[in-house]
Amino acid sequence: MNAPGSSRSGFDAIKNLYEEKRTFTGRVVFAAVLCLLMIGMLAARLIDLQLVRHDYYSTRADDNRMRLTPIAPVRGLIYDRNGALLAQNLPSFVLDITPERVRNLNDTLERLKAYVRLTDQDIARFRERMRKGPRYRSVTLRSNLTPEEVARYQLNRFDFEGVEVNAGLVRDYPLGESAAHIIGYVGGISEADYARLEAADYEGLSQIGKSGVERSHEDLLRGTPGTKIVEANAAGRPLRELESRPGSSGQNLYMSLDSQLQLVAEKALGDLDGAVVAIDPRNGEILALVSKPGYDPKLFVEGIDAASYRGLLEDKSRPLYNRALLGTYPPGSTIKPFMATAALNFKTVTPDTGIYCSGSMTLPGSSRKYRCHKRQGHGTVNLDSAIAKSCDIYFYQAAMNLGIDRIDEILGQFGFGKPTGIDVPNEKGGLLPSKEWKRRVYKQVWFPGETLSLGIGQGYLTTTPLQLAQGTARLAMRGLGFKPHVLHAIADPATGAIAGVAPEALPPLTGQSAELQERVIHAMQLVTMFPGGTAYRAFKDAPYSSAGKTGTAQVVGLKQEETVAPTFDSTPKHLRDHALFIAFAPVDAPRIAIAVIAEHAGHGGSVAAPVARQIMDQYLLGKVLYNEDPAGAAAAAAAAAAADPALEAEEGVPADDEEPPPASPPPATTPR
Amino acid sequence: MNTSVISRAPNQSVSLADRLIRVHIDLWLMLLLLVLGVVGLLVQYSASGHSMAVVLNQAERLGIGFAVMVVAAQAPPEFYRAAAPWLYGFGVVMLVAVLVLGDHAKGAQRWLDLGVLRFQPSEILKLAMPMAVAAWLHTRALPPKISTILITLAIIGGPTVLIAMQPDLGTAMLVLAAGVLALYFGGLGIRWILMVIAAMAAAAPLLWLKLHDYQKNRVLTFLDPERDPLGTGYHITQSKIAIGSGGLFGKGWLAGTQAKLDFLPESHTDFIFAVYSEELGLLGEAVLMALYAAIVGRGLYIALRGQDSFQRLLAGSLAMTFFIYVFINMGMVIGLLPVVGVPLPLVSFGGTSAVTLLAGFGMLMSVYTHRKLLSN
Repeated sequence: MNAPGSSRSGFDAIKNLYEEKRTFTGRVVFAAVLCLLMIGMLAARLIDLQLVRHDYYSTRADDNRMRLTPIAPVRGLIYDRNGALLAQNLPSFVLDITPERVRNLNDTLERLKAYVRLTDQDIARFRERMRKGPRYRSVTLRSNLTPEEVARYQLNRFDFEGVEVNAGLVRDYPLGESAAHIIGYVGGISEADYARLEAADYEGLSQIGKSGVERSHEDLLRGTPGTKIVEANAAGRPLRELESRPGSSGQNLYMSLDSQLQLVAEKALGDLDGAVVAIDPRNGEILALVSKPGYDPKLFVEGIDAASYRGLLEDKSRPLYNRALLGTYPPGSTIKPFMATAALNFKTVTPDTGIYCSGSMTLPGSSRKYRCHKRQGHGTVNLDSAIAKSCDIYFYQAAMNLGIDRIDEILGQFGFGKPTGIDVPNEKGGLLPSKEWKRRVYKQVWFPGETLSLGIGQGYLTTTPLQLAQGTARLAMRGLGFKPHVLHAIADPATGAIAGVAPEALPPLTGQSAELQERVIHAMQLVTMFPGGTAYRAFKDAPYSSAGKTGTAQVVGLKQEETVAPTFDSTPKHLRDHALFIAFAPVDAPRIAIAVIAEHAGHGGSVAAPVARQIMDQYLLGKVLYNEDPAGAAAAAAAAAAADPALEAEEGVPADDEEPPPASPPPATTPR
Repeated sequence: MNTSVISRAPNQSVSLADRLIRVHIDLWLMLLLLVLGVVGLLVQYSASGHSMAVVLNQAERLGIGFAVMVVAAQAPPEFYRAAAPWLYGFGVVMLVAVLVLGDHAKGAQRWLDLGVLRFQPSEILKLAMPMAVAAWLHTRALPPKISTILITLAIIGGPTVLIAMQPDLGTAMLVLAAGVLALYFGGLGIRWILMVIAAMAAAAPLLWLKLHDYQKNRVLTFLDPERDPLGTGYHITQSKIAIGSGGLFGKGWLAGTQAKLDFLPESHTDFIFAVYSEELGLLGEAVLMALYAAIVGRGLYIALRGQDSFQRLLAGSLAMTFFIYVFINMGMVIGLLPVVGVPLPLVSFGGTSAVTLLAGFGMLMSVYTHRKLLSN
């Protein structure tokens, strides 16, 4: 047996070739078995990964490659009741920066200034937003780039890695300041906003309704964000679109506002600070709502800079403040029709009860004099003359006879003392004082003298212009009331379907007699339609019937010893009286009810009533006052006057009964 | 010594396999390796993002490898036995040289620049080691005595340590495995095998201190892949996602997302098995494993047919080292083993390892085809 190599020297022992072969065979078999075992281990692991946990890893793989990109919905448009645009979306060029793609941010910003106008405010705002988001998300540096800026930037864009000009939509309010308080505005979503909203609803959106209808109907206007699923590589770069689920645009809203009427109302109030609310008494729709001074909502859409914002906040006339909903004013004599309704309701007076006005009165056991605004007295007055001439003594008496509890009951039913629930955010409820309230707030009992002050709308009683308009509408509807609202209809842009908003009826006044209500309205007609009425001059020649009540609310009460009120012009402006007026028309089929408050403007009849007249003319007669052709307007007015010879005859009768501020006790904690 | 040429009856038809044996090629091994090479090229095409350039480059390397294999098969086993000490010695000298003069690549000295060609001396040892151990044990009575074993361990240990010092743990492990496997096939006693394992376990803490930070990280990551999912754990996490999402049937060739979208790093080199698994699924893996198992099986069969100790030990060691290659790479890609730089044989992109492996298969063919008729 010759084994290969056996001839060579160096073997340390005799090789047993057979044994070696046998051993080797055993080793090979063992190795093969080992291989199979190891393959089994690999297979077990692979089965675990690919069969048992396949779903888990599939999801992980999809999570890796799929990126959800939100598609921002287009915000709904806002129209007035006639289809005039109040809020729209305009295309706009914005300059976006993706932080993670910019190598030297400070340098980039500095160099950008050569091509695009950039204020420190823009940069500060940009840094703020950048800090909040992930670095791969682009942040807007400037919006509303001019075409010139876009062109200049595009020529040099190769120097700006990570900066790009994008086309977007920006909210625009075509009417500018007009109706700004009620339309509101949108602005950047703040931390506080994020805390209360559902983040999924705002995917891809950067703005949210901040005030007015933009805020209260945010859910309708916003729409639903869509989603785009894109496949992205490990670096996050989107490669292709896998799926697109479009969202839906926001609903278009038709507001009850009449923008023409709104403009007329704003113009009628002129430079005065104050508020006007015009309401359709038949359904509670707000036709016009003015708060002066106003502001430009565009400032807020882009993000207002700190200086301008501080300016608006510190402005003494408070332009941002919606006086119609937030301003609480003593109603003054405009409360008298409501008080009369209460008195007739509880039969503490009859329409024909005569009360003698000597110019002042005292309560039993007190020396304090309660004065009528007419020093020499009105003589004997009944309901008609008391309202027409705004006699204070009559209503002191009426209030005293009613007592605070019954006054509260009726005024409460008219909506005083609590927010109306209008669909505009931020509303105050005014103050309807009661015994309980006095005890709670002042820890004092209710004094009878305070009831007297209430009778003429002074004292603790305050009301917002909206509440006053709502109450007037209810008077006009002979006790029927509707919740005030500004949303008229909702249009779905996808289907084109328009759904009207149904008026919400409020519980009618209790124990109301139609006959007695007519008596109050008759008395109010005397105010506007008959010589001697406090608003007769303002409504002279109106071709429609109307009913109203003037008011002049004290800002500061006269001291008891002061027998002669200081003259209007000698009083510092912020202490001058507020001029108020409420009215509705036409009397038999009311279509509009109005409350006007002009701050520190003097008499209701001379200042506030003409505002209401212009609004009513516009609404009931149509564009009479603000025709392009002034001659035509004058002719129309003349024709209207000629149509009613009775009114013509009354011309020249001086309405000398403009009430000066009533000498009521100061609305304070010291009734005695 | 009585040798004669294989003779057949004149009427017997000569099969293709027999004809190939005359040119020293084993038909089965050749076919299996070619299929594996083609599979590798197809996966390369997908993993490289449809790059024909990568595929052609790799095909060229495989072509060189197959050429080397065919040439290597022409030399008789005796040539390799005689050359073993010389090649081993040359390899060790080169390893020393590389530690002194070598290029730095990724913080490790592996390459030797000879001006004309740059190469890794550690590759030489992948072949020189089993050759040297087999040649040495061939001269000894087997099972080996203690003195033989100690000398063998010295033969194995020297180059292994030199390679580990580069440091290239993956190759060191393969070289170590090649030597130890030859010793195992030589009949190393079970007690000794256990002792070697125990010694390695004891050396592990020492080795740990010697490890570079990135190597320590790989081990720690292996023990807890979620430890650093974006850092060192990222490879293995993404690899498992790729494989797991492949499922039973896979996403289809060219339809994998993990590699195409760059989530899977090293997708066409060390981690190509993840790409393969993602696209071809468990069934595809079964086919690939069967292919590998068949190659290893054929190698072991050739080893069994070896005519002397050198042939048997060399063939057995080469076949099993090939399997270890596959096991380590797959085990690493599916998270069973720590990440070490071991490519998937003939599938991963890379020329050097393919050429070395195919040269090894050339030796196997040499063993199978240079048969001498033995008188009994």
